[in-house]
Amino acid sequence: MAGATSRATSARTILLRPGADLTGFRDAARRLAAENVPPEAVTFSAESAPSLFGDDAPPGSDAPLVLPRAVTSLIPSVVPHRDPERYGLLYALIWRVLHGERHLMEVASDPLVHRLTRMAKAIGRDLHKMHAFLRFRRVEDPAGERYVAWFEPDHHILEAAAPFFVRRFAGMRWTILTPEGRAVWDGDTLAYGPPGSRADVPEGDGFEAGWQTYYETTFNPARVNPKAMRAEMPKKYWRNMPETAAIPALLRGAADRTAQMIEREPTLPARREPARAVAAMADQDPKSLDELNAIIRKTEPLVPGATQAVLGEGPLDATIAFVGEQPGDQEDLKGRPFVGPAGQLLARAMAEAGIDREASYLTNAVKHFKFTLRGKRRIHEKPTAGEVSHYRWWLDRELEFVAPKLVVALGATAVLALTGKAIPITRSRGPFRFDRLDNRFQGYITVHPSYLLRLPDEAKEEAYAAFITDLKRIATLGAELAT
Amino acid sequence: MDDALAKKLRILADAAKYDASCASSGAPKRVAGKDGIGSTTGAGICHAYTPDGRCVSLLKILLTNWCLFDCAYCVNRRSSNVRRAKFTVEEVVNLTINFYKRNYIEGLFLSSGIIKSPDHTMELLTRVAKSLRRDHGFAGYIHLKSIPEASPWLIEEAGLYADRLSINVELPTEASLGRLAPEKDGAAIQNAMAQIGERIVEAKAERRRFSPAGHSTQVIVGADDTTDAALIAKSENLYGSVGLKRVYYSAFSPIPDGSQILPLKAPPLAREHRLYQADWLLRYYEFSAEEVASASEGGMLALDIDPKLAWALKNRERFPVDVNKADREMLLRVPGLGARAVDRIVKARKHTTLRLDDVARLTSSLKRARPFLIAADHRPVALTDRADLRARLVEPAQQLSLF
Repeated sequence: MAGATSRATSARTILLRPGADLTGFRDAARRLAAENVPPEAVTFSAESAPSLFGDDAPPGSDAPLVLPRAVTSLIPSVVPHRDPERYGLLYALIWRVLHGERHLMEVASDPLVHRLTRMAKAIGRDLHKMHAFLRFRRVEDPAGERYVAWFEPDHHILEAAAPFFVRRFAGMRWTILTPEGRAVWDGDTLAYGPPGSRADVPEGDGFEAGWQTYYETTFNPARVNPKAMRAEMPKKYWRNMPETAAIPALLRGAADRTAQMIEREPTLPARREPARAVAAMADQDPKSLDELNAIIRKTEPLVPGATQAVLGEGPLDATIAFVGEQPGDQEDLKGRPFVGPAGQLLARAMAEAGIDREASYLTNAVKHFKFTLRGKRRIHEKPTAGEVSHYRWWLDRELEFVAPKLVVALGATAVLALTGKAIPITRSRGPFRFDRLDNRFQGYITVHPSYLLRLPDEAKEEAYAAFITDLKRIATLGAELAT
Repeated sequence: MDDALAKKLRILADAAKYDASCASSGAPKRVAGKDGIGSTTGAGICHAYTPDGRCVSLLKILLTNWCLFDCAYCVNRRSSNVRRAKFTVEEVVNLTINFYKRNYIEGLFLSSGIIKSPDHTMELLTRVAKSLRRDHGFAGYIHLKSIPEASPWLIEEAGLYADRLSINVELPTEASLGRLAPEKDGAAIQNAMAQIGERIVEAKAERRRFSPAGHSTQVIVGADDTTDAALIAKSENLYGSVGLKRVYYSAFSPIPDGSQILPLKAPPLAREHRLYQADWLLRYYEFSAEEVASASEGGMLALDIDPKLAWALKNRERFPVDVNKADREMLLRVPGLGARAVDRIVKARKHTTLRLDDVARLTSSLKRARPFLIAADHRPVALTDRADLRARLVEPAQQLSLF
């Protein structure tokens, strides 16, 4: 609703809607500023209904005022204040800002800025307390459950406070009643209506007694400090907060309860010392690769989507362990590592280099397939450094169980998992010592076979040959370390 | 809510209240989806205050107070004869949702005694968080106490559902841990905190969710003979090495059925208060732990004046400071000037010359600041050097305890 301006000979009186009339004030301020009316020539009145004797200018016809953001954001947070001077003070601020004191809001020590800032702070506090101290009660009506609350704010803040409850309790139907009006949310739209009374909120909510129990119990009688409590939760709020009924008794009993705790002799434990349980507790680590794999299998993928965890494969006494990146599409479906195109290439190369695949241990740094869907195709997506870290604990334990003589990192992700560092393959290809994990391993860094698949045909042959050379050196190293 | 559940709630809230942390802040602003419930506001909300002056923000409970550990300071140690109870996962979820719907709480702070094994316990805690998020679309705040002895992959999982993870150091030295908490392992605590800290940083960089409100810890004050200087040094170290958001200081408080090796006494509340102030100096006022310690006596902070004032009194040659000229760092060192007041001063003096009246509008503790300040119309010539300055600035004894 717009404000109406009545023109007097010496002073102007602006009549605004009772409560927080932001629109009315904005329209009036625009008009007054346009007509260059100084603040001392205006009186704002908001305590009665708007007068019919307005001036003829249609509301909101004036051009918006151009004001610094600090001012435009201050205005709506002062307008709900109860102080009848609020509009006059705000107009005085606007006037000064428009007349040479553009940066006035930065001068927090200015008496007017200081006063308005304190008013805005009071509104902020009132809002915060309403968000904090309002209590809903559950009621049943034919449409199902509904929540109702009665609250008495200090200022005209119902409309400013309601959006918080909409965001938080969007899925509930609720009504907030105040002495100045009500806000009603039906799960879809927010509506405002006439004031209510405390009697409109029915007694008896199934959880209220439980809440009071919690409130009583979470109080520590050895730290009594009612002053601090009242500073943050002034008494005026208590009558609408069911838990505060417990306060007098809690305060009365606190000193005795504390004295009793201090004076009472310690008792001997009635329970038998649970030595076996304590020993068992300390012994929770997985005892075998199978136990570890059972844990991995039942854990959900970090990035949702994978069909299953793909575990390492190979004999426990393997001399050489190969660590890849993460399972691909085929591996994810079959639940076995290195069975897709890259795995087949690796198998061929191992055979050529004279490494027995069946005698080697093959696993991945990350145990779940991560992909993006393109049409029906699942396109492999490289794991991030954080994901590699997330999975590294398992790789650590896994290699501990397998205890290979030589660990081969296939590609950059495996190197990252084994060293904790992003090391370019081109620079570090060849023998390498992996010592990030609890167990230190003689290692070897080479490319991932999928890299060979991605190369253009003309480069493939040479890269493949280099890969075979690596594998042959790995075979030799493995044989040396095995003896 | 039936009687059996209320009875459990009484036992398991009582068992959880000695954890000082109640913050529901720091979570990214978030609103539940269509069928869910809950939101986080960034700053957190205190929904009530109990007569100990502490806020009730989260439903702070233990899953169970059965515990295999025997930490002397703890109400739940296995040798204590307190009554025991255990919630089911569903009960905790149900309580949280129903309290939340009535606007009693911001969310859940769940901890637990160690039952069967650390892993088993950690799995249960995570199941609660997961059920709230998945089955109820709960977007409110969840703080999970992590079990440092649990396997690292379980901590990885907990961080996916919690807004904050915390692990309590409780006792700052290995010697105290050995004497008072024999099952706890200082190295395991440090490693788990490092793991959480590292993962939080990575997840932020990769825009993934992992304990987005950071991680925190608690140390007990007054159960062993650690000095304030040592506590603050430990905190500085933790803030730096594992990226902690908060260290909570919890005055060792009388508990039902105390232990023989740790006699009960009234909690050192004034000391706890000074430690929080000193901690603030580390985090917001650019003090080092060493500087805080330099203003202590024998490693202990003065109880009658705040640590910033204590430092200023020992370093009088650096005062008075001109509010109209001094740099921000030096203004932060003026007793009675908070970080926010300093920011306002720095802004305002660009447009005006500040007089003492102006400063009075920017801080609520001008009395303490006055002897250390120069303003356009004020110069505390004699005051700064007065021998009795300390006595003049001592706060009237605070009613921290009604004993």
